[in-house]
Amino acid sequence: MTVVQKRKIRGFMAMTMSALAALFGLFWLGFILGDVIIKGFSAINYDLFFNDPAPAGDEGGGLRNAFIGQLLITIVATLIGVPIGILGGTFLAEYGRGKGISRMIGVLSDIMVSVPSIVIGTFIYALMVKPLGHFSGWAGAVALAVIMIPVVVRTTEDMLTMVPWSQREAAFALGAPYYKVITQVVYRGAASGILTGIILSIARVAGETAPLLFTSFNNAYYSHNMNEPVASLTVTIFQFAMGPYESWHTQAWAAAFVITVFVLILTIAGRLVIKWRYR
Amino acid sequence: MSEQSEITVNNLNFYYSGNVHALKNINLSIRRNGITALIGPSGCGKTTLLRCFNRMHDLYPKNRYEGEIHFQGKNILTPETDLIDLRSRIGMVFQKPTPFPMSIYDNVAYGLKLRGLKKHSEISERVEKALNHAALWNEVKDKLNSSAYDLSGGQQQRLVIARALAVNPEALLFDEPTSALDPISTAKIEELTQKLKNEITIIVVTHNMQQAARISDWTGFLMLGELIEFDETQKMFTTPSVKLTEDYITGRFG
Repeated sequence: MTVVQKRKIRGFMAMTMSALAALFGLFWLGFILGDVIIKGFSAINYDLFFNDPAPAGDEGGGLRNAFIGQLLITIVATLIGVPIGILGGTFLAEYGRGKGISRMIGVLSDIMVSVPSIVIGTFIYALMVKPLGHFSGWAGAVALAVIMIPVVVRTTEDMLTMVPWSQREAAFALGAPYYKVITQVVYRGAASGILTGIILSIARVAGETAPLLFTSFNNAYYSHNMNEPVASLTVTIFQFAMGPYESWHTQAWAAAFVITVFVLILTIAGRLVIKWRYR
Repeated sequence: MSEQSEITVNNLNFYYSGNVHALKNINLSIRRNGITALIGPSGCGKTTLLRCFNRMHDLYPKNRYEGEIHFQGKNILTPETDLIDLRSRIGMVFQKPTPFPMSIYDNVAYGLKLRGLKKHSEISERVEKALNHAALWNEVKDKLNSSAYDLSGGQQQRLVIARALAVNPEALLFDEPTSALDPISTAKIEELTQKLKNEITIIVVTHNMQQAARISDWTGFLMLGELIEFDETQKMFTTPSVKLTEDYITGRFG
């Protein structure tokens, strides 16, 4: 066998193995998505969105409480997390650029991104739930916001850094103070990138269960009072999937379907914004 | 200081980040209106000198000026100098066009809005005037609301000039304004400077000696942070008084 033949065989083997690995991953993705779509889609009906749960074990009822709760918690989390994240990212990329403290915050953000979300859940439990004495929607929103912040901080920083420095100098040369340079010129240039980061960070927290288990917990009844336990889709899926009733299992599939589609839409929207930017 | 002197530099020394001695004891006097070119090999300090005139170096920590730069009789290197005011009186155009991510109209109106102008009629009047001034109006008058990024490089550079002109500066600094442009756009910008020099003091840094000879009235030749010679362009390019200048201009080095 010649050297070239040996190389060809090795090349073929490498290609085959990587293709198999990719297929293996795609198979499970397709399997999970397919299962969720088949079992979930058939369970979608009017009651699911506009009715509250039936008494345990009874047929019928819906998950209106969980949809509204999930929406409330996610919106409040976004309102808390996004401004803090953007301001933090702005500090890292602008006012604190090149300073030791910024690099430290940057590294800490990266660590925060990979902290298991259950740890953040227990942290907020100790910080808010325990002192107040009860689970609450606010605690759930804060837990999700804490997960969002480092993601938004990092994407904001990256996007601001991508705006060419010469553009800032040009604005300075016209006599603009730094805060106007940032808000009127740099943010404009980075807007679509920051928006993408926000959308993806919402998608990231929308599917979280663990931090909510310790914070907003669950509520079998409709409630939009953020001072009380609030139902969420993910925790409901967890509870219903573990429960003994067939009707619960069906609704858990339906909820899983809805939340998957929601996260999918957000992710695609995020990608589209990037694409639209670089058209 | 002569009667007509607009900018006078006295014993200027400049240090980057505390210790890099980039400009060494510069003395020169730039007269009102007309064009002054700064030439010299890469790293000679010509851009550094240019950026002293609008205190651009203040953006970065630890940069240090010594000496004086008088602009219309007032030393601008004092800590009391209002940089926002200074930069509205001395505009700057960079090597690469730097349009902002906004419409053509908003780009030109940006400096006016910074100055606090609110009346729409006044702003649009001055935007039109500035675009006319920069010889761009006819090309963009029908698409003022489209993005500045849709313009060609040469048009973007003229847009940036219009943006600087809109606030009625008394002086304009050009940092190699045509080095990123094609010959036709370059010719347009050069033509524009000839028109502007009747009303505005222009200082231009250029790598291109032919350009300096074509457009400028006075030329300063810098090397290794020192001003070797400063004279009328005509004289500099025909009978320079320093041997080094002659060697550089005739292409013996650099």
